[in-house]
Amino acid sequence: MSEPVIRIRDLVRHYVMGSETVQALRGVTLDIDRNEYVAIMGPSGSGKSTMMNVVGCLDTPTGGEYWLNGQEVSRLSDDALARVRNKEIGFVFQTFNLLPRASALHNVELPLVYAGTGARERRERAAHALEIVGLAQRMHHRPNELSGGQRQRVAIARALVNSPSILLADEPTGNLDSTTSEEIMGVFGELHAQGQTVIMVTHEPDIAAHAARTVVLRDGRVESDRLTRDAAA
Amino acid sequence: MRWFEAVRLALRTIRTQKLKSFFSLVGVLIGVTFLIAVVSIVTGMNRYMEDRFANSLIGLNTFMLRQRPAFTTGNVPDDVWRSWMRRPRITYADADFVQDRMTTPVTYAKFCSDRGTVTYGAKVAKDMELIGTEPSYFRIKDYKLTAGRPFTAQEVKVGARVVVIGQAMSDKLLAGIDPIGKELRIGGIPYRIIGTVEKQGTLFGLSLDKFAIFPFTAPGRRMICPINVLDHLVIQASGPTTMVAAMGEVEALMRTRRHLKPGEENNFYLQTSESALEGWQKISKILITFLPMLVSISLIVGGIVIMNIMLMAVAERTREIGIRKALGARRRDILAQFVVESATLSALGALLGIGAGILLAFVVRAVTPLPAAIAPWSIVLGVVVGVLVGVVAGVYPANRASKLDPIVALRAE
Repeated sequence: MSEPVIRIRDLVRHYVMGSETVQALRGVTLDIDRNEYVAIMGPSGSGKSTMMNVVGCLDTPTGGEYWLNGQEVSRLSDDALARVRNKEIGFVFQTFNLLPRASALHNVELPLVYAGTGARERRERAAHALEIVGLAQRMHHRPNELSGGQRQRVAIARALVNSPSILLADEPTGNLDSTTSEEIMGVFGELHAQGQTVIMVTHEPDIAAHAARTVVLRDGRVESDRLTRDAAA
Repeated sequence: MRWFEAVRLALRTIRTQKLKSFFSLVGVLIGVTFLIAVVSIVTGMNRYMEDRFANSLIGLNTFMLRQRPAFTTGNVPDDVWRSWMRRPRITYADADFVQDRMTTPVTYAKFCSDRGTVTYGAKVAKDMELIGTEPSYFRIKDYKLTAGRPFTAQEVKVGARVVVIGQAMSDKLLAGIDPIGKELRIGGIPYRIIGTVEKQGTLFGLSLDKFAIFPFTAPGRRMICPINVLDHLVIQASGPTTMVAAMGEVEALMRTRRHLKPGEENNFYLQTSESALEGWQKISKILITFLPMLVSISLIVGGIVIMNIMLMAVAERTREIGIRKALGARRRDILAQFVVESATLSALGALLGIGAGILLAFVVRAVTPLPAAIAPWSIVLGVVVGVLVGVVAGVYPANRASKLDPIVALRAE
């Protein structure tokens, strides 16, 4: 645990919009260790989404360094970033982002398809991931045959299937009612207890309260970074 | 992502939108149907013309010394036609001159024919082919007799009133009667039937069995040719090489006999099955030349339709592309996915087109006398062209898809 899984130094991200330059991130420095459970909070316009995109390797910073699992990823090409996303990051989105025409099993298999895993191993691992989130009975259902909570569980299974370094959740309960939200937070809690690093972007304090550490962004800078609880679910 | 994986994905996508997929591949389907059907019909016609037309009308390795071409296609200008008619006709003496001097071993038959009426008692058969010739003609035409015998050289010498008839004539005039020994009347002159020729079948739906063959010296000859004049001298060689040699010899002998100067045009004509096929070959050439244009037009249209459908698919599935990219799809994975989908769609169209083309060819064969023959190369070409159109049509939409920014794509509705 000497090396942090995420090491961010003076991260800057500008967007040029017409004649204006929007400074979304103005120098963020942050370390996240393995098996941490971190919530990233902040009001809208704080740079939360940009942070999430950069950490998720969907976007590259304008300046600064970003080391993910020992690899400097801030200057990589699109295809190299795709490989990093495939291997190191498990995404969970607010809107689930499942392929509507594919079964739960096929959705979960998807990251393995792009990893080049063989069909049989893919099936086994996807089925296992669905078991972990308690959906073994529903693997052949399509997303529209599943409830919101079940869909989010499928998405979590998909995020886990490649054994990523970080689980990156963007408002994971934003589209769920409070009971289902609690259920999903329970799943995250369990995964964290089993050793998974979890990073969650949210604007809801209730949800952030499940995390052990909360980082608050404001105007593209870290406003506060504090431990909310001991590192336990 | 592996290729078969991409194909499987493409098939799944196509299956979930059957109707839309079908309409998008109609263009390619029609193009390939055209290709298969037209090639089949032209190939079938070619074979038919070579096997049946040429050989049943002229004979294998056979040519004819004539006044003018027997088969003309297109418009022969009046002056050409008049110059043909001004040529001297082929006479018995011409035929004998050639026969006496030829060194290439060949078989000859003097030949005259016309259409006429044959009667048996009260029964009448109109529009029969009346042929005056020599016994060797039966060998040249490879006629098998179902009953009786051909006439002999002796019967030719004396101009005997004997006749060998075709199946159709026998059926028409002597249904249920043994024809051998019966007496027919040709132009009022009685002829004794001495043989019947086995059924020859049809050509373009016309019977090849409506004929009566008698010695060219028999009394009825006046009905078919002027005295001492022939329609042509049939000459059969033993093979293609001897045929070429024989033709050269006949040409030289006739030029000598007609006192033609070097550079002067022949005032006679050597009709071969190849020259008879010239007209058909012209038609077939035109068809084969225009076919690619026809096919290309439908394929270009088909390709454009597929490209549009793929552009729509990329727009509709922007979010899917975003998801795939977030999960680790590289540019080339997305590119491959859409190109393969487009190619699969198009190849499916090609396969359906091949099926439809073969079906069409069979229908043509069943309801017309044209014998369509499926050309294997056209099937291979159909598949190749189908895949190619799909790939070409898919590249642009796929490239657009692959360039999408995952963040923007994920936000799409």
